[in-house]
Amino acid sequence: MSTNNVMENVKLTAKDFATNQDVRWCPGCGDYSILAQVQRVSPELGIPKEKFVWVSGIGCSSRFPYYMNTYGFHSIHGRAPAIATGVKLANPDLSVWVAAGDGDLLSIGGNHFIHACRRNIDMKVILFNNRIYGLTKGQYSPTSEKGKKTKSSPYGSIDFPFLPVNMAVASGATFVARSMDRDPKHLQAMMLRAAAHHGLAFIEVYQNCNIFNDGAYEPLTDKETKADNVVVLEHGKPLIYGKNNDKGIRMDGMNPIVVDLSKGEYSVNDLWIHDEFDENPGRSFVLAHFSDLKDFPTPVGVFRQIQKSTYDGDLFAQLDEVTKLKGKGDLAKLFRSGNTWEVA
Amino acid sequence: MAKDFEVQVLDDVTIRFAGDSGDGMQLTGSQFSNTAALFGNDLSTLPDYPAEIRAPAGTLYGVSGFQLHFSSLEISTPGDSPDVLVAMNPAALKVNLKDLKPGATIVVNENAFDPKNLKLAHYDSNPLEDNSLAGFNVIMVPLSKQTSAALEGLQLSMKDVERTKNFFALGLMYWLFDRPLEPTLTWIEKKFGKKQIYLEANQKALTAGYYYGENTEIFTTRYHVKPAKLEKGSYRSISGNEAVALGFVSASVKAGIPLFLGSYPITPASEILQELSNFKNFGVKTFQAEDEIAGIASAIGASFAGNLAVTTTSGPGLALKSEAIGLAVMTELPLVIVDVQRGGPSTGLPTKTEQSDLLQAMYGRNGESPVPVIAASTPSDCFDMAFEACRIAVKYMTPVFLLSEGYLANGSEPWKIPDVDSLPEIPVNYWKDKETYNIYARDENLSRPWAIPGTAGLEHRIGGLEKAHIYGTVSYVPENHEFMVRMRDAKVKKIQDDIPDLVVMGDEDADLLVAGWGGTYGSVTEAIANLRKKGHKIAQVHFKYINPFPKNTKEILSKYKQILMPERNLGQLSKLLKAEFLVEVIEFNKIQGSPFKSSEIENKIISLFGGENVN
Repeated sequence: MSTNNVMENVKLTAKDFATNQDVRWCPGCGDYSILAQVQRVSPELGIPKEKFVWVSGIGCSSRFPYYMNTYGFHSIHGRAPAIATGVKLANPDLSVWVAAGDGDLLSIGGNHFIHACRRNIDMKVILFNNRIYGLTKGQYSPTSEKGKKTKSSPYGSIDFPFLPVNMAVASGATFVARSMDRDPKHLQAMMLRAAAHHGLAFIEVYQNCNIFNDGAYEPLTDKETKADNVVVLEHGKPLIYGKNNDKGIRMDGMNPIVVDLSKGEYSVNDLWIHDEFDENPGRSFVLAHFSDLKDFPTPVGVFRQIQKSTYDGDLFAQLDEVTKLKGKGDLAKLFRSGNTWEVA
Repeated sequence: MAKDFEVQVLDDVTIRFAGDSGDGMQLTGSQFSNTAALFGNDLSTLPDYPAEIRAPAGTLYGVSGFQLHFSSLEISTPGDSPDVLVAMNPAALKVNLKDLKPGATIVVNENAFDPKNLKLAHYDSNPLEDNSLAGFNVIMVPLSKQTSAALEGLQLSMKDVERTKNFFALGLMYWLFDRPLEPTLTWIEKKFGKKQIYLEANQKALTAGYYYGENTEIFTTRYHVKPAKLEKGSYRSISGNEAVALGFVSASVKAGIPLFLGSYPITPASEILQELSNFKNFGVKTFQAEDEIAGIASAIGASFAGNLAVTTTSGPGLALKSEAIGLAVMTELPLVIVDVQRGGPSTGLPTKTEQSDLLQAMYGRNGESPVPVIAASTPSDCFDMAFEACRIAVKYMTPVFLLSEGYLANGSEPWKIPDVDSLPEIPVNYWKDKETYNIYARDENLSRPWAIPGTAGLEHRIGGLEKAHIYGTVSYVPENHEFMVRMRDAKVKKIQDDIPDLVVMGDEDADLLVAGWGGTYGSVTEAIANLRKKGHKIAQVHFKYINPFPKNTKEILSKYKQILMPERNLGQLSKLLKAEFLVEVIEFNKIQGSPFKSSEIENKIISLFGGENVN
């Protein structure tokens, strides 16, 4: 039923959202950027500070709530989406955010994640995806690439990784986006979009762990290589990328093809036009799979945004509906429902 | 014609209905119970069914039973041994025969004793013909044939006709025990109102069964059990699971905050979730989670945000919730965890009763993780204890265990409906004051303040990491950790000042004290009552509060020469009493998925007195 209470006259700054706790991430960690962007964006949302609740599980990124001067719950491994669900259902007036790492959200907490998406709980889930277990010091994660050598896979990981965007879309998330720790402006834009979305909003943030998986995203973030390796998704715009904007993606049926725009064979008019609001999830899957395909750019931006009723909205609507139908609960009557008899 | 039958007045009768798990025995039994309750009998029931929903028809393992004990006196158990068995097929006869009283009446559906069913029940010869039932009063009724005859003319399949024979059997029992048909006729009308043909079929079968008794001479005597002299008031029949649900709704009303249940279906606890999902007009939120862990995790989230939070489960589910319970201990949030115990370990005996999760509730977590534990003793006591669990949780900002078990959960008895105004308020004071707020400051109960999201100026972070005393920031300081471990322990112990003392029942000056807990209450009470009538001196206590124990526990335990503790586990509470109070406890353990028979306890007591078995 309800969205977050928007107060016109709240004028908070990023500082209002910082706590007095020392931030204990390793110097150079990508988490700092995510925290900074969240603190910058939060005052823009017009939501009073006390209505924010940040919930996390276990892992480096799950320390996040301690650094946000809002209500926060640093819970247990993998369970943040379930705890956040309880918070939202207890009080739908709250703006509920989940901070989770790839091991937390997709491995031990995978079940809670997909079910939160399926129910379309009105909450924001930020995945800090560094493709490694950091807090336990360097084992492969469910998003580590196959073949990756880590402390627990000295001969190379034989696990295929998850594509988190695909999981979210397949599970019914109604807002799905991807961004990167090293692109603060884009990350802020995605946060704002997610915050404005009514329903489950999921952002996968590519986040660098400079201790155990340094440079995992370097081709996507390095100034020299970024333009050739990243395609920025924008609604109504063609999938075009490259240093000279000379590459694009066109669709041949359901098969994406990288085309060279410099040779005259194809023009911008031949390219795939991104439609964030496409009800059909098919193209989101194709987009998410780019990162699995050789010579394809990695998409960032909003993959998909659709409108569906939220679980929390439906829950309170049903409470109201039944109350109207039956009248407000009366204990004495309830005790006497069914057959009763008197002993004199 | 009825006047020709002799009517014999009995104090109490135990009937067991038994048949295939698809024969509707649970329904038949509960209908008889409701009718007996409405008539004013005291009663106690024991449903006993297999874990399989529809085991292959006719098999021994597919037999489903429902036992009920109704009386003109106050009773506390579903009866040791049935006086009457209604057996719908050979398998039902075979499985239940050993439990019957000598000379018991056996009503059988003789049509079901065909070669196929006899073989399925592993009978070499037909027990109805080979004299193996000598010593019992066997009444052979062509139940299937009579039911089809009664339904002649209705456009029903053979299968549907067969499915109504339980109502024929019920009708016959109503006649035999002089009970009116109306309550069940009304129930059928409500249930099948929209399906005219089933409504008619079931009502006809019921009525036909009744008049079959009246018009044939298979029984020479009818029996009458007078209403019981219960305490004055309004009553209804209630099962333990229903009572837990009502207890929670009441606590929510009395606390003035919404109830939130996070749960995952599990036998034998699911009915609490189902019941509560009806109470939306009380603002009750039921969240059927994706798994047991999400059930409790969502409840913890809801508690953080200010709801009265509850999670319900059984043993295997409790194992999955362990880590989250530790989180609730660390974050000091109110939460009630209901464990409706069943046979374990692992999947164990899902539909059978046991009380073997006590130590799991007490200790089944990492670290020093104290949680108050209370246990319900009867189906109707489940109401009081659910309410009490909420009171303790909110007052002391702690998770609380409520232990029930399959036998209490599914069993039913008359419940004296409480006056709503007589239920105590449960004060809830969310913290509001910015100036004096500290996350882990403590009041006189050692409870920390409940400051809920949405309250301006009280923004704070909690979590599973150790917290600094008063300020609640993360702390790894060694001395602080020990202080907080002791603080959490002291807080739970302090609840001792706020719970009733143990009450000695029976002969206070006896040499023998029989101590029970949870669902053994009925059998122990009945056993002691029987023996005291015979002149034996016996004292009794019953533990409803296990962590902490009532204040006078040591004083009472040390007064008696002998302490006997019957438990349906390998001595879990005995172990706690021995460890805590250094007393000797004579254990009496039964782990067979069923309640104690009172005679088993009587025999044990008699043997302690050096005597011979009474039964």
